[in-house]
Amino acid sequence: MTIFDIVQSFGLQMRAGKDRLHEEVTGGYASDLLSDVIAHSHKGNIWITIQTHPNIVAVATMKELAGIILAGGREPDAGTVQKAEEEGIPLLVSPLFTFELVGRLYHIGISGMSPC
Amino acid sequence: MERTENNILLHQMFRIEGGDFKNAGSISDRIKKILKEAGFSNTLIRRICIAAFEAEMNVICYASKGTLSLLIAPSFLKVVVEDEGKGIPDVNLAMSEGYSTADEKIREMGFGAGMGLPNIKKNADEMILTSKYRQGTHLEFIIYLNRQETQLPFE
Repeated sequence: MTIFDIVQSFGLQMRAGKDRLHEEVTGGYASDLLSDVIAHSHKGNIWITIQTHPNIVAVATMKELAGIILAGGREPDAGTVQKAEEEGIPLLVSPLFTFELVGRLYHIGISGMSPC
Repeated sequence: MERTENNILLHQMFRIEGGDFKNAGSISDRIKKILKEAGFSNTLIRRICIAAFEAEMNVICYASKGTLSLLIAPSFLKVVVEDEGKGIPDVNLAMSEGYSTADEKIREMGFGAGMGLPNIKKNADEMILTSKYRQGTHLEFIIYLNRQETQLPFE
């Protein structure tokens, strides 16, 4: 499963990182606390959050996440889009809220129990 | 382990302004670039950048100003963070996961989870935290270069 597959399945809107769509997604993590994501997400995870400021890109880059989905129709700050482009982090938006997004991702085989 | 600082290969200091959320993360970004150019492994860069990011955020969230210094030595990397601010009344309490004194504004941005210091400790090989209440905080951590491949805290 790649970010591209997820974008296709859910009709997500892309805001940045079009070049990195074909990387493999190893699992998912959902949290709005950055230190929690730093501590518990895994490389290749897709991250669902409602945070929109540029630090989410810093976290995704540090943890080598596959991409970020902003839930609940939230739009990234301008600085976030710019940073995501610079770092090559796919940044997606969805009108769905976190619970629904996670449920649908799980349904297509994205688990929160990432292989180590 | 040799810990003398006589043969420091690089010593770079960055300034941090308290409350400067706009530039948050910029220092760990710069550290990442420095270490990448120097040829360090991705695992090591990730560990030190996570710890440096958390330390930088702590100064931004809780102090009035501070500095973060990166030191590269042949056998270790060291980060020293000094700040002026309210300090930490109880360092042991601050080290416990989930404990936070963050205000509403900080929490809304997704900081203040009470996991920053524990995250630093997990990623560093050694960490020292001291604080003078209402004066400031001193944090330093070390990652040894020859141990990095055997210690993968989040993998």
